[in-house]
Amino acid sequence: MPDVTGKNPSRLEPIEIPRRSFLSIAALGSFFTAIGMALAGAARLPGPAVLPGPVRRFKIGFPEEFTVGSEARFEEANFFVFRDSEGIYAISGVCTHLGCSVARLPEGYACPCHGSRFESKGEVTRGPAPRALPWLEVGRAADGQLVVYADSEVAKGTRFRV
Amino acid sequence: MAPADQSVAPSASREFLANLRHLPRTVKDAWFRLGHSPVSEREESQATFHNLFLHIHSVRVHVRSLAPRLTMGLGIISVSSFIILCISGVLLMVYYKPSTTLAYDSIKDLHYVVFTGRFIRNIHRWSAHVMVAAVFLHMARVFYTASYKKPREFNWLVGLGLLVLTLALSFTGYLLPYDQLAYWAITIGSNIANSPRELTDAVGVTPWFNPGGSQRRLLLGADYVGEDALIRFYVLHVFILPTILITLLGVHFWRVRKDGGLARPEDPMGGTAEWGGKLHKVFEPLKTKTYGLMAVVKGRRATVNRGPENTLMSWPHLFWAELAVFMLTVAIVLILAFHFDAPLKELANPLVPENPAKAPWYFLGLQELVSYSAFMGGLIIPMIAWIGLALIPFLDQQPGGEGVWFGSKGEKLVALQSFFFGLVAVVGLLAFTVNFGWLRSWFPSIHQLWIIFINPGSILVLLYMAWSLWVLKRRNSIRHAAVALFTCFLVGFSVLTYFATVHRGPNWIFYWWPSQWPMH
Repeated sequence: MPDVTGKNPSRLEPIEIPRRSFLSIAALGSFFTAIGMALAGAARLPGPAVLPGPVRRFKIGFPEEFTVGSEARFEEANFFVFRDSEGIYAISGVCTHLGCSVARLPEGYACPCHGSRFESKGEVTRGPAPRALPWLEVGRAADGQLVVYADSEVAKGTRFRV
Repeated sequence: MAPADQSVAPSASREFLANLRHLPRTVKDAWFRLGHSPVSEREESQATFHNLFLHIHSVRVHVRSLAPRLTMGLGIISVSSFIILCISGVLLMVYYKPSTTLAYDSIKDLHYVVFTGRFIRNIHRWSAHVMVAAVFLHMARVFYTASYKKPREFNWLVGLGLLVLTLALSFTGYLLPYDQLAYWAITIGSNIANSPRELTDAVGVTPWFNPGGSQRRLLLGADYVGEDALIRFYVLHVFILPTILITLLGVHFWRVRKDGGLARPEDPMGGTAEWGGKLHKVFEPLKTKTYGLMAVVKGRRATVNRGPENTLMSWPHLFWAELAVFMLTVAIVLILAFHFDAPLKELANPLVPENPAKAPWYFLGLQELVSYSAFMGGLIIPMIAWIGLALIPFLDQQPGGEGVWFGSKGEKLVALQSFFFGLVAVVGLLAFTVNFGWLRSWFPSIHQLWIIFINPGSILVLLYMAWSLWVLKRRNSIRHAAVALFTCFLVGFSVLTYFATVHRGPNWIFYWWPSQWPMH
């Protein structure tokens, strides 16, 4: 390609860039870099920095209220609390498939949306749910009441000993 | 226009009075420059290309493109329903309040109090349904008339983008009433966005790498469907998505024009040609004359040795036809809106799931797949289908058959065979799943990875692909393989949609009819 002076330079010689072109390219380049960076920064905006929502920590009453072998459902918080001879445990009532609330059956739980079934300890027995109903952390508040941490999952079989 | 009487010595006040007197006429002339309806072809062509909105069409249009049989007006129906949606949507925005505490009440106000509010909301809902249906059918029309072929590959992709936008607009609009149906459909939808977690959980990397969770948070702005989700869906529904859709629609129209109008076979030279069920005389170059190219023109072919093509003036033929389709769409939407109210359930209640919680009909096929595996059915299979559709014009490059229904030889037969194959495959799989369950019913402790990859949905996709490859080998034609796959896809989609609409009841259990659903 002939350069600006009209001569055919050797292939090995560097191509001369006119000063104006260089300045234009530099200006455009820095402009678009800056805009690009700004947009990349702005694209982070929709990712919520603070997750709104209530504290999902529920006082459920004193341990004496739960007799051995009893169970209770907490509708608003959407979990089930059980007490057996080993202690107290809580199982989430939110289906692990697509988030519907499960119903309690004698033999376990059933999800109304896509037909998943769980046995009484939360393991999947049927349907599309990818994993067992999570067991939730149970603790005790300063006033002696039991607390269920609905956002904190614990290993299956973890019980709060009273 | 010059002042009426030039003879009088110019005086500013006289001229002013004269201008004032002629005001009605001069203003009218400024608006309607021709001043009367066009009488000659020259005036008709000016009417077309001197108008910003009309010049989206060329001045002349081929007779084939005007034949209703070719397009069935589906593209115009889609855009007509979109126009109705924009107008009715803006009217709804006057009263709608995107807040979890007020949204439901504002819809109730619209329904029961606002003058014509219920009718406008019904119109909005019905034209949304019409638009989704028309967009799907339009895609099928373009496919079966092989109109995606070179040079129209790019426009096929733009069309697929418009399909996604149409569905996204429907989905975002679904939450806005904030009733039970909305709340649970969006809970399910956002958890489908979360479903890559099935895979990351199954291989145990979720704590470090959780694309599903990020996607869901981006959509909802929180970990649950609430105020943040509602405002995000509202902004997407009334501004972001329509803006993108209108822009892409402009590109779509522009490309139709730049790619030479609607796809059609080349006109033969001389003699007669048959289209639209009639024989047409075609211009024949005279042996005694020499035809030359008088100007360099852009386009796929230079019109040397050819007379005027078999075209008609766009004004009035094309514009009347389009106006007629628009009026038909308006009529259909009005009749539907007059007779059938848009549903409104109870106020959203996060404690009690709607049972069954069903998405709008065009997502129900997907919901059936989701009931096998959320990740495979909700994300992977739709993505495979979409990418497959996008690749069609690049994998099938043999020209021929453009602008004719089932244009290549034997295509109709392939479509028919594929229809039956697709039907048998999908009905068979559904019947099997309903009667015998699937992997987890037989092996309750099976690893989730098996469920994700081997389920009725993925098997159906594999069957369809295998069928298409067999057609490719047997008939030695990529177009035929594409017809086979597309037909199977269409049949599968329709049957799954029908099945989930009619035969799935509470707890997603199979029922023959909705009347057999248990009361709850």
